[in-house]
Amino acid sequence: MPEPVADRPYEPVIGLEIHVQLATRTKMFCGCALSFGEEPNTRTCPVCLGHPGVLPTVNAQAVHFALMIGLALGCEIAPRSLFHRKNYFYPDLPKGYQISQYDVPLARNGALGDVRIHRVHLEEDAAKLVHAGASGRIHGAAGSVVDFNRGGTPLVEIVTEPDLRSAAEASEWLRLLRATLRRMGVSDVNMEEGSLRCDANVSIRPAGEATLGTKAELKNMNSFRFLQRGIDAEIARQEQVVRGGGTVTQETLHFDPVTGDISSLRSKEEAHDYRYFPEPDLVPLAPTEAMLSRADDALPELPAARAERLERDLELAPETARLLAFRGELGDFFEAAVAAANGGGDGAVAGPRALASWVTVELVPRLGDTEPTESPVTPEALAKLAGMVSAKAVSQSAAKQVLDVMAIDGGDPEALIVERGLGMAAADELGAIVDGAIEQNAAAVEQIRSGNEKAIGAIVGAVMRETKGRADGGEVQRMIRQRLTVDG
Amino acid sequence: MIERDQVLHVARLGRLKLSEEEVERMALELSSVLDHIEKIGELQLDGVEPTSHVLPLENVLRDDVPRASLPRDRALAEAPEPAGGGFGVPSPGGEG
Repeated sequence: MPEPVADRPYEPVIGLEIHVQLATRTKMFCGCALSFGEEPNTRTCPVCLGHPGVLPTVNAQAVHFALMIGLALGCEIAPRSLFHRKNYFYPDLPKGYQISQYDVPLARNGALGDVRIHRVHLEEDAAKLVHAGASGRIHGAAGSVVDFNRGGTPLVEIVTEPDLRSAAEASEWLRLLRATLRRMGVSDVNMEEGSLRCDANVSIRPAGEATLGTKAELKNMNSFRFLQRGIDAEIARQEQVVRGGGTVTQETLHFDPVTGDISSLRSKEEAHDYRYFPEPDLVPLAPTEAMLSRADDALPELPAARAERLERDLELAPETARLLAFRGELGDFFEAAVAAANGGGDGAVAGPRALASWVTVELVPRLGDTEPTESPVTPEALAKLAGMVSAKAVSQSAAKQVLDVMAIDGGDPEALIVERGLGMAAADELGAIVDGAIEQNAAAVEQIRSGNEKAIGAIVGAVMRETKGRADGGEVQRMIRQRLTVDG
Repeated sequence: MIERDQVLHVARLGRLKLSEEEVERMALELSSVLDHIEKIGELQLDGVEPTSHVLPLENVLRDDVPRASLPRDRALAEAPEPAGGGFGVPSPGGEG
């Protein structure tokens, strides 16, 4: 007898479609400047308004950025790719078609991390439609109002293979993609503002089965949190349908982050028939050797490779290496600190692992939302402070107090230590304080002598309080033991 | 032969309203167009690249340099229902 369906575990299968607004100066097919919150309809021209008889021209920088993305994702670049017209009627599309790429996209068959890339293509963004119902009635408008400022913004669409197996995996992978695109400088990749938009194709199948189930498409989740919650909700919905004996239908869905509800956007009978055909006004794109090498030369070290290098060459822990590589500015700060430490001449210097800890554990919480480049703490100053800790010129805890000051006012750590008397307590001063602490903690001394090693903590604590943290804990312990052994 | 339903489907995609008489005429005319294309399809074209363009040109690109956009009142001059600085349109949902 076959296993009852209700007891079999299901495996989610997820693929993502990502739209990336390119950080060019002008639109995809006309010279209108891109819009950053300007008054509606102040960034338009006859081309992006779809007036009759106008001709589109391809933005060279958009092609350059798209080639960079294709190469960064390890894709094959098509020797010759075409633009097509994708025909449908909607008020945000003045021409009645979107210029996109269809059967011959700019790039395909790549991978980022464990996820294969199906295709990468160039297209134009639609305009913004302000629904009268959404923000109250617009004065004088019978229905909705169109703002064409965004219409024609260059987009790169990235489609993955269905290689993701959970909402958490999808969200994690999107973070890698976002960090990668951001490092390349090809987009602002701001999900809230819509410069990075993600749709998810979700299906489920009995675990271990190779055939894919029917997929539903979740539209436009504008944050990592919504992406994860939306996919989780859709997996749960499909499981419920299937366990109830039903079948999943192919449809486009909208996830409401407030209520957690999923609703259908388009019904089946309206299924789109886009009647693609080659855009007669645009000749093919055939990237030359020069275009390809220029795109390749423009690629910086990408986050995945950087994380690997930091882990391998500087022996950082994997999570630390990832954090520094995914937040590029933080990674730059760290590497500048490492360079400063190595170039700092003689004397004890802080190693990369110590510096990584100073940056990720100590500096990051003190930065808040500020980027490290805008912080008053320079990489050189942090390297110097960490070096003084390594040289035992200042204790770890006193150095943290110094960093508190530096994070607000900047300054030279050595000068701050002198000015505030935070330098390591000298041996004779420390000796006297240790003697005093032993005298005042007779009970602890008794416990230590009778074998309770842990009681030493009370005496170390007393010394640290007295020195206001200007002593090395290990050194203090050593001194206490030495004195008690000599005495005993 | 193009069926009546196919004519209506294509008309719907093109937002065209056809009379009964036009539906019948279109079915005939579209059928003869497709017959002609079928005739062309008989040509032996193995090894011939599909033609997307007749111009011997590739990579016609424009530098990414901004040009002046239209003043808003000019952009909106031809709009049948300008409203709130934008182009008033019927709500795509239907009612509005």
